[in-house]
Amino acid sequence: MRITPAALEKVALSPKTNKKKSGFLKEVSKNRVLFIMMLPALVVLFLNNYLPMAGILIAFKNFKFFGRNFFENFYKSDWVGLQNFEFFTSTPDAFMVTRNTLAYNLAFIVIGLVVAVFFAVILNEVRNKYLSKFYQASMFLPYFMSWIVVSYLVFALLSEEQGFVNKNLLPAFGISIDSLPAWYGDPAKWPVILTAVNMWKFTGYNCVVYVAAIAGIDQEYYEAATVDGATKFQQIRNITLPLLTPLMIILTLLAVGRVFYSDFGLFFSVTRNVGALYDTTLVIDTFVYNALRNMNDVGMASAAGLYQSLCGFVLVLTSNLIVRKIDPDKALF
Amino acid sequence: MSRNDSLETMNSVSPFWNGLFNILFTIYSIVCIVPLLLVVGVSFSDEKSIITGGYNFIPKVFSLEAYKWVFKSGDTIVRAYGLSIMITIVGTLCSVAIISMFSYVISRKDFKYRNVFSFIVFFTMILNGGMVPWYMVYTNLLHINNTLLAYIVPSLVNAWYVMIMRTFFQTNVPDSIIESARIDGAGEFRTFLKIVMPLAKPGLATIALFQTLGFWNEWYLPLMLIEDSKLYNLQYILYKTLNAIQYLSQASNVSGGTAEILAKLPSETARMAMCVLAIGPIILAYPFFQKYFIKGLTVGAVKG
Repeated sequence: MRITPAALEKVALSPKTNKKKSGFLKEVSKNRVLFIMMLPALVVLFLNNYLPMAGILIAFKNFKFFGRNFFENFYKSDWVGLQNFEFFTSTPDAFMVTRNTLAYNLAFIVIGLVVAVFFAVILNEVRNKYLSKFYQASMFLPYFMSWIVVSYLVFALLSEEQGFVNKNLLPAFGISIDSLPAWYGDPAKWPVILTAVNMWKFTGYNCVVYVAAIAGIDQEYYEAATVDGATKFQQIRNITLPLLTPLMIILTLLAVGRVFYSDFGLFFSVTRNVGALYDTTLVIDTFVYNALRNMNDVGMASAAGLYQSLCGFVLVLTSNLIVRKIDPDKALF
Repeated sequence: MSRNDSLETMNSVSPFWNGLFNILFTIYSIVCIVPLLLVVGVSFSDEKSIITGGYNFIPKVFSLEAYKWVFKSGDTIVRAYGLSIMITIVGTLCSVAIISMFSYVISRKDFKYRNVFSFIVFFTMILNGGMVPWYMVYTNLLHINNTLLAYIVPSLVNAWYVMIMRTFFQTNVPDSIIESARIDGAGEFRTFLKIVMPLAKPGLATIALFQTLGFWNEWYLPLMLIEDSKLYNLQYILYKTLNAIQYLSQASNVSGGTAEILAKLPSETARMAMCVLAIGPIILAYPFFQKYFIKGLTVGAVKG
């Protein structure tokens, strides 16, 4: 809330406000209905978001289950300081998952930006508007598929037993049965596969914003350029791209703020969580899941989770501050 | 030719480039659609032809066995389908109600604490407690794991949708209308229900579709919170089947020994048929979906 000097003066000078116990309680009784309307959402946010934030403290405990009550378990578990973090950082996995998480996200950001802007710009140049609508609709379709469905599609293509690629496509090119790639056994192939799958799912989605931004550019720029004899490609380079640049910077910064988080579905479901692929497919999110659910190592999982939350927090905050400098309207807060 | 037409022509790329762009987009559109056709093709194939010939786009031997099996196999898959539909409807309705009530209040310029409550929502975008404490809250504190609530409660409020709705209310519901309703003696809630909500229909439709898609495609919540196989939704059964094809035979209530069931079970084609059934409703609603999604995304981008 912004407090202006004038408002402060008003509060100080008004004898009425001083008598009241609290401005907030007065507001609640005055706008009772509005507060009741907010209540359901506030309860959900408290349970789903704010309690877990407080629960971050688990990472400093040797958390054990004594009963069905979380508070009792929390209270009885011993404080161990940074011990969980020492365990986490002493495993080779700590470096590996950080590397994978950051590398994939940076690749997705860079390739995603280039592809989305490229498609949006040339989609705008397709003369037949019905066709361009159709292209946009088909590009957007993958976004609507759940990660489980996407996993089926990838599996139907790459499965070593029945997969289309190994059973029908590669043999058609004369590749012998002995030298067929074992897709789900070779980690070296997955950076490319996961990047391709991610692009497949999100290019249409990423495109939409840029298509809308291009549609919002004042046509007079282009008319003036045409009158001056500029070719279409000169117009793209000197009008469209410069006008898109602020949006590109902002969306990229917001994405950079989230580089410590990955799409759980992509790395967990599409890879089928196959251990043989972990070297190139394990990211922080899936590491935390495996530690929590498969190894029942609450300490390790919560330490890795807190590491992610803190790095994420700092980055989101920083990127958002920069975005705010460039365009306050686009900032999250 | 009018001035605009000639400008339009001059202002377009040459036929060569136009053709090239069309070819490029045609190829990419095919890339986007074709993997789905592979799954459809397999689902309509004969099981034996798949075992010998592998997955293919066009069935070598056409068969409806997979679909017959899925519908015959008894309650598990049918129940999961029904559960998915129910969760989607109930979840979307609750979520839209909760989000719109909250967003409306923080969109009101005369509401003194709107910034404080906006911040309470948007802060959840910045700091995230992470998976472990979140999991503990649901399994060790609220104990709603293994209930249908586990599908709905965690997805009810989403900061991003609150932001979209708040912007929508701010730009589409003039203060003067709310003011005049108050002068006419309508209570806050009545004003919201009878006057504000009808004006906000396009915005409500957008977040309703976002949430419909989210609830229908939900598989992470059952992965984390549901162990009772009677409460699996369609996506989660699909997940289970992808990793262990035998899961289908366990899920079926066909009597007999496991080996016998496995022999009878058109497992390869049946799971692809289930996948098609999961995609089906989305494809049917797609024209509708796509329109409102694009609208919603651009609203979000205007004040993003």
